Amino acid sequence: MTAGVAAHVDEAAVERVFREAYGQAVATLIRIFGDITVAEDAVQEAFVVASDRWRSDGIPPNPAGWIVTTARNRAIDELRRSARGRALHDQLGAVATTSHGPGMADRREDGPVRDDQLRLIFTCCHPALRTEHAVALTLRLLGGLSVDEVARSFLVSEAAMAKRLVRAKYKIKTAKIPYRVPSEADLPERLRSVLSVVYLIYNTGLDDPERTSLRSEAIRLAGALVELLPDEPEAAGLLALLLLSESRMPARTAEGALVLLRDQDRTKWDRTMIEEGHAIVRACIRRGQPGPFQLQAAIQAVHCAADSFQATDWPQIVALYDHLFSVMPTPVVALNRAIAIAEIEGPAAALTTLDAIAPDLDTYHLVHAARGTMLRRLGQPDAARAAFERAAHLAATKPDRRFLTQQIEELAEDAARMQPRRP
Amino acid sequence: MSQYLLSTYAVEGEVPGAPRTPEEMQAFMQRVVALEAEMEASGTFVFGGALHDPEAATVVRMGGSDLVMTDGPFVEAKEHIAGFYIINADDLDAALAWARKVVDAIHHPIEVRPFRATGRVQA
Repeated sequence: MTAGVAAHVDEAAVERVFREAYGQAVATLIRIFGDITVAEDAVQEAFVVASDRWRSDGIPPNPAGWIVTTARNRAIDELRRSARGRALHDQLGAVATTSHGPGMADRREDGPVRDDQLRLIFTCCHPALRTEHAVALTLRLLGGLSVDEVARSFLVSEAAMAKRLVRAKYKIKTAKIPYRVPSEADLPERLRSVLSVVYLIYNTGLDDPERTSLRSEAIRLAGALVELLPDEPEAAGLLALLLLSESRMPARTAEGALVLLRDQDRTKWDRTMIEEGHAIVRACIRRGQPGPFQLQAAIQAVHCAADSFQATDWPQIVALYDHLFSVMPTPVVALNRAIAIAEIEGPAAALTTLDAIAPDLDTYHLVHAARGTMLRRLGQPDAARAAFERAAHLAATKPDRRFLTQQIEELAEDAARMQPRRP
Repeated sequence: MSQYLLSTYAVEGEVPGAPRTPEEMQAFMQRVVALEAEMEASGTFVFGGALHDPEAATVVRMGGSDLVMTDGPFVEAKEHIAGFYIINADDLDAALAWARKVVDAIHHPIEVRPFRATGRVQA
């Protein structure tokens, strides 16, 4: 093998294949061996073999299948060697040997791959796991992110994240969290927890340039869920919601500060994503089984359909928020509804609604930001300033804080303009 | 088959939904009897029952070479274990389904914890 041929194998392409194959391979090996750690170790070893062999032989036509076969054989060898493994090996002897049969290997490994991943996401997002563990495990096992990448996404050390993952895997194994798609009766509730984890992954990727990959990962996972569960409209609703939110990303910040929807340059919005999101929302409406994610997607669809802030169909948005509040009566939904009402009934009506819900959301910066905006419009600069200052104090991300500081500065400028000019 | 400990917790002084009248007490007992019969019939029930109040407990520990006894529960807390079941279940989902039935019957919060049989008692 000459150096010239080796150079044809693009290192970046290998990395990409590894990342894509990781989730598939781990999911399939967990089905075969019933153990997450055995599966992860075997896939890691297969990657080592692959990065060596592919450099000389090129990337095989079915890299994920190659990884699964190699990892499975490695794991079986490893299990035969270790004492702990012998008992396990005997238990699953039937599974491991049948998949060795001629012509069987590929079918067994490629056919149910998507089902394996579906089973795995329900394990990772089981409601018996705390949410931050579910999120980390989903990104690691299904997203193929390294422990270090997951750690950086959540601003914790690699050691702390490794510990979190070990604890989650310990609980799955010891408490026997099942590796299967829940029964029909449990599916809606369990799917909700899967969708919430994916949504949380997306939201963690907002407003931080370091974490933008989390957004694309969340969109990828949502797309996979739609493909795997075509009869679940809420999965489609989540995908539409993410696409429509993502479509506005290019206009959402300017010079590191948040740009409000009313001030965004709508020509920067991603039309392809909007069309895809709109098509999903229309299909959901035809199905007529609305749920929280579909309704949130529908609200975003109305925003994305308007050529300008003024042209937005506000009565439609308020109606959708009313519907959303009836199925998800949270203070945050009430807050967003109040903000939409301001566009129809004016800032005084919105302020009354906001003041009614504020006590429930006192530590949520957006309540104070919304109050500040309404108070400013009502010509009460001192109260507005106090509200913005409270919001800035509570805001967690830099773009949010920068936006709020701008609001406070603008209030000062308003005040300066009001001063009588000297001749 | 795995085994799980379902421990029911009570908080001193506040027992929301606790039976107060004799009629409520009777209904409560009927629910518990029906639940245990269902556990028994499905091969789920291993062992279980209610505990007397923590004031009746004694803690025993080694103190040097002697056994030292103290009056009262090991953990002095407002919350205490009011009773428990050890059940057979295929996996956590099956155990959680039983936990839901226990909650429905006795209205106390429940901790579900995997049980590892040692010695004579085999899983």
